[in-house]
Amino acid sequence: MLGIGVMEKVLAHCLEGAPLEACGLLGGREGEPAVAERCYPAGNGAGSARVYTVEARDLLRADREEEAAGGELIGVWHSHTHTEAWPSPTDVEAAPDPGWHYVVVSLRDLEPTLRSFRIRDGNIAEEPVVLQ
Amino acid sequence: MAEVRLPTVLRPSAGGSATVPVEGDTVAEVFAGLVEKHPALRDQLLTPDGDLHRHLNVFLNDEDIRYLGKLDAKVAGGDTLTLMPAVAGG
Repeated sequence: MLGIGVMEKVLAHCLEGAPLEACGLLGGREGEPAVAERCYPAGNGAGSARVYTVEARDLLRADREEEAAGGELIGVWHSHTHTEAWPSPTDVEAAPDPGWHYVVVSLRDLEPTLRSFRIRDGNIAEEPVVLQ
Repeated sequence: MAEVRLPTVLRPSAGGSATVPVEGDTVAEVFAGLVEKHPALRDQLLTPDGDLHRHLNVFLNDEDIRYLGKLDAKVAGGDTLTLMPAVAGG
């Protein structure tokens, strides 16, 4: 479940970052459903249109701010500027936490597409996204 | 005594602990103490050659240890070492 404000910030950061990939972290609470209440736009340390690396200082900042907010980091989002909103082999290989939610925003078409996935043991499972 | 903060993905290798108090005057010594307490963490922190794993971010208080001498960075009592996995993809 995504807060509407979170959705707006995620899409805005992705569009601002184009043509390079943009990324950031999601904070909130796990559960059924998980709720992403906050988002933390981050720098793409890779500075690339094909790959991303969340800047280490932004990772720490998000972790600290999320802890102060009483939640936890529950996922990451990034944009695909030229391909569909589906995890790439690099996304699957690099997925840092099987408990996280992996949100991919495609900017390939005029309308951005946002989808969310779980990635566990190399397997991709899409999950529904509901705006709150 | 320094406090090591572990991300969720590493906690199963540390008996579920989110924080572990460890003695040590450098990051290398703190890691050695951490691994002694929780051997399953060894390969998630360090390469077979003993270097810092490239997929791991380590912050000494608010500073990335890559800019403080990496494993040789000095640690004082009351310092916090925060471990976080690198977040990347394509």
